[in-house]
Amino acid sequence: MNQYETVFILNPVLSEDQVKEAVDKYVGFLKEKGANIINKENWGLKKMAYPIQKKKSGFYHFIEYTVGGDAIAPLEVEFKRDERIMRFLTVKMDKYGIEYAAKRRAKVNA
Amino acid sequence: MATKGKGDVRYLQPINVDSGNQKKYCRFKKAGIKYIDYKDPDYLLRFVNPQGKILPRRLTGTSLKYQRKLATAIKRSRHIALMPYVADNLK
Repeated sequence: MNQYETVFILNPVLSEDQVKEAVDKYVGFLKEKGANIINKENWGLKKMAYPIQKKKSGFYHFIEYTVGGDAIAPLEVEFKRDERIMRFLTVKMDKYGIEYAAKRRAKVNA
Repeated sequence: MATKGKGDVRYLQPINVDSGNQKKYCRFKKAGIKYIDYKDPDYLLRFVNPQGKILPRRLTGTSLKYQRKLATAIKRSRHIALMPYVADNLK
């Protein structure tokens, strides 16, 4: 079980419940793979540093979870296939990353 | 015949008077930072010049290990559009 964190950007034209449905789909997908979701954050509509697919802003979502290594490839296939997702980044956390994430979570939730 | 004046020494290039700039140090090692987060761009903007390029080690003085971590963090934050690839007036 490794710890990962995923950031993904959703198309800004989506309505609120479409955004929610997309996020729930991926959280469900991860749970199905036996993941343990540590933290979920919704950074909301943010202006991007450069336009992606001709759009200047996007809904940012952030998920931290621990899962077996073999669940990541299918997850990324799902991300690629879904056209509501404009961009995603999955990062495996090393020892210092996990420590930093714990501190950051404490600060954000506090 | 008057010999050439020895006194008037003309300086060919301006003598730099900086006081031998002080020893550069790696701010990550000194501050004890172990992980550079790619998710907060305002911290990473300090290591990027106004064009959005990553500053070299000879200017910032960071050690090789942390420069690599910094570079991957900056590239990741560029990928998720928190930082621009090219900018003109970033600062």
